[in-house]
Amino acid sequence: MSSRRSGGRVYNGLWRLLEGIGLKNARTRWESQPPWLQRAVPPLVIAAIVIGVAWASGVTPDSGAIGLLVICYALYLLPRRIRRYAIPGTILALAILYPLLIQQTNYQRFLFTVPVFNSFPTIDTMVLIAVFAMMAVGLNMVVGYAGLLDLGYVAFYALGAYTAAWLASPHAEPIGGNFVLGGVGIPEGVGGIHVSIWIVLLAAAIVTAFGGIVIGLPTLRLRGDYLAIVTLGFGEIVAEVARNGDKETLGFDLTGGPPGINPIDPPGFGVWLSTHLGLPANFLEKSGTYINFTSLFYWSALGLLLITIFCSIRLRDSRLGRAWIAIREDEVAAAAMGIPLMRTKTWAYASGAFFGGVAGAWYGSFKQGVFPDDFYFGISVFILSMVILGGMGNVWGVVAGAAFLTYLNFEGLANISQWFNTHVLPCNAISQDPGKVVSGGCVNAPLVSTGIYGAIIVGVMLLRPEGIIPERRRQLEFETGVHDEPLMDVRHAAEE
Amino acid sequence: MAVDLLLETVALRKEFGGLVAVSDVDFTIPRGSIVSLIGPNGAGKTTFFNMITGVYKPTDGRVIFDGEDIGGKPPHAATERGIGRTFQNIRLFQQMTALENVLVGMHSRLRGHIVPSILGLPRVRREEREARERARELLEYCDIPGHEDDYARNLAYGDQRRLEVARALATRPKLLLLDEPTAGMNPQETLEFVDFIFKLREDEKLTILLIEHDMKLVMGVSDRITVLDYGEKIAEGQAQDVQKDARVIEAYLGKAAVS
Repeated sequence: MSSRRSGGRVYNGLWRLLEGIGLKNARTRWESQPPWLQRAVPPLVIAAIVIGVAWASGVTPDSGAIGLLVICYALYLLPRRIRRYAIPGTILALAILYPLLIQQTNYQRFLFTVPVFNSFPTIDTMVLIAVFAMMAVGLNMVVGYAGLLDLGYVAFYALGAYTAAWLASPHAEPIGGNFVLGGVGIPEGVGGIHVSIWIVLLAAAIVTAFGGIVIGLPTLRLRGDYLAIVTLGFGEIVAEVARNGDKETLGFDLTGGPPGINPIDPPGFGVWLSTHLGLPANFLEKSGTYINFTSLFYWSALGLLLITIFCSIRLRDSRLGRAWIAIREDEVAAAAMGIPLMRTKTWAYASGAFFGGVAGAWYGSFKQGVFPDDFYFGISVFILSMVILGGMGNVWGVVAGAAFLTYLNFEGLANISQWFNTHVLPCNAISQDPGKVVSGGCVNAPLVSTGIYGAIIVGVMLLRPEGIIPERRRQLEFETGVHDEPLMDVRHAAEE
Repeated sequence: MAVDLLLETVALRKEFGGLVAVSDVDFTIPRGSIVSLIGPNGAGKTTFFNMITGVYKPTDGRVIFDGEDIGGKPPHAATERGIGRTFQNIRLFQQMTALENVLVGMHSRLRGHIVPSILGLPRVRREEREARERARELLEYCDIPGHEDDYARNLAYGDQRRLEVARALATRPKLLLLDEPTAGMNPQETLEFVDFIFKLREDEKLTILLIEHDMKLVMGVSDRITVLDYGEKIAEGQAQDVQKDARVIEAYLGKAAVS
């Protein structure tokens, strides 16, 4: 049965309409055209209609929007074999070029505003998107691959950030720790430990992975709900230690207490690499129009995210990844096939923690400080929501979920409520109370962001429980697990 | 008479609370033989099985496999030492393909670990390639060719049963434990399965322990039969002897059948 015919009533109705207005045999004539033509024309027709409607209603399409549409259309026309590589390649190229596009003084010439969502996210938001995507991909190894529900992932995020703070800040000065290994941007006459960020990232990852093992060993004997509760507890313990690890409570200053630790050294490649390879010596000292410290943070974060994704995919297809999925499917059978349960689960935990640590360390150096209030239970749930929304087990889905939710959190909700306030609601900005969700005929959606994410998750669970871009296996589970397979194909019989 | 024993249990016992599920069972499997364990429902067969494979920890007694006491060791340790098993109710990894199921079975025979796998070292790549090759051969050997990329849940019932065996064989067992392998099969499929068991012993030099309900099958293939009832061994011997044993008949058919 052709996919076109099952394409639905709209398609059939369209042909009936065309034949109704006198185009005899329009359908048969169309379907006898060469396939490439059949593929190439429909998007053009749709685009013409959309652009025509936009023009008629007084909207001038931006050159950027048209450029993007042309790129999409070009990708659409490519043969399937090439498209498989061309689509990720194009997305990657756009991601790399993004700072150059958005930092234009003439924004409208290169980019465009989207209805409701307004302008594209700033680079600051993009850095956060990359950081959260890294964490979501890490959590996906635990939840998506191995099927272990972890409600305390924020612990690894915090541990990574604090490791960065310990290894690259003046924090250790009072206790006599003075050590410099490639750190950049150290003020004159300041002591403390200053290790190069690239070593810090690795160190943070290893410390956090070790932390994952320490937390994992006692907890991973538990299953399902019990595991979730205990991980939740560990997440809270780490956050509380961060909050209370100061001199008054511990006798020595471990975490700086409520104000946290700052400043953390900025990233950079140091003088030697700067003079010999032209890499930026200190990110904070760069202040060009296009290549400035935010875009450098962004490109590095993007690089780290790509490494994370690469590792995640390699692991999934390895012997260990198979063992994780087997454990997720059936623990008893997995053990009977020679998979050591504790060890394998602990590896899942440690791998997930590893990338959480990298993300945390990068976040710390981006914010140039760690603050215990950044690490609360809500973050664990937020990252878990990204995994669920995107599609548990599928790396690309998880990245998409992370991008979407992080964007909403830092910009999207504010943009959307602004759109509602100017276009839909009788909003009077002067009488709006910024502390209230609804006041003076205006809404302030970011105040109830958690509720909105909750609603999104409920919506996804009802409409598309496997997530936006589901893992192939899970999709199968959701598709065939719920409905019975009909004995013969009744649906097609009914359609004829 | 020194018989080469692959498996020996000594006074193996399992209690669940006050219930004695398996009561001090002495049991041996000579290398290269096909031994069956039968008994009515609830006789403790599967519990016994689970103690050998490490799923349950014995309350008392020893499990000696290939000269080593493995009682109380976790299941993966038993598998590493060469005990492969299938399950009474099929427990395949439903959301994995047939090939992946077999590859999971090879887990303890492969070495590729986390960092080499991420780096994609040639050694790991070669190992993976060879594992896939061997997995395909196993699928063919177990008569499920052409389904390697099908999800296990989409296979026909008989194919699922055979895939379980293929997966167990992938662990390179010395001893293969089959828990009611012909449950739900029709007589024709059961006959084919009997041939398959003989083929396994011939080709792979396997020792096989069979738990079965199907008396006809058991009588036909077993070198020796052990009968459990209420957790106790009530008879042991060759098929025709066990068949005539009064306690066995009583256990299966009730007291009236004996008198």
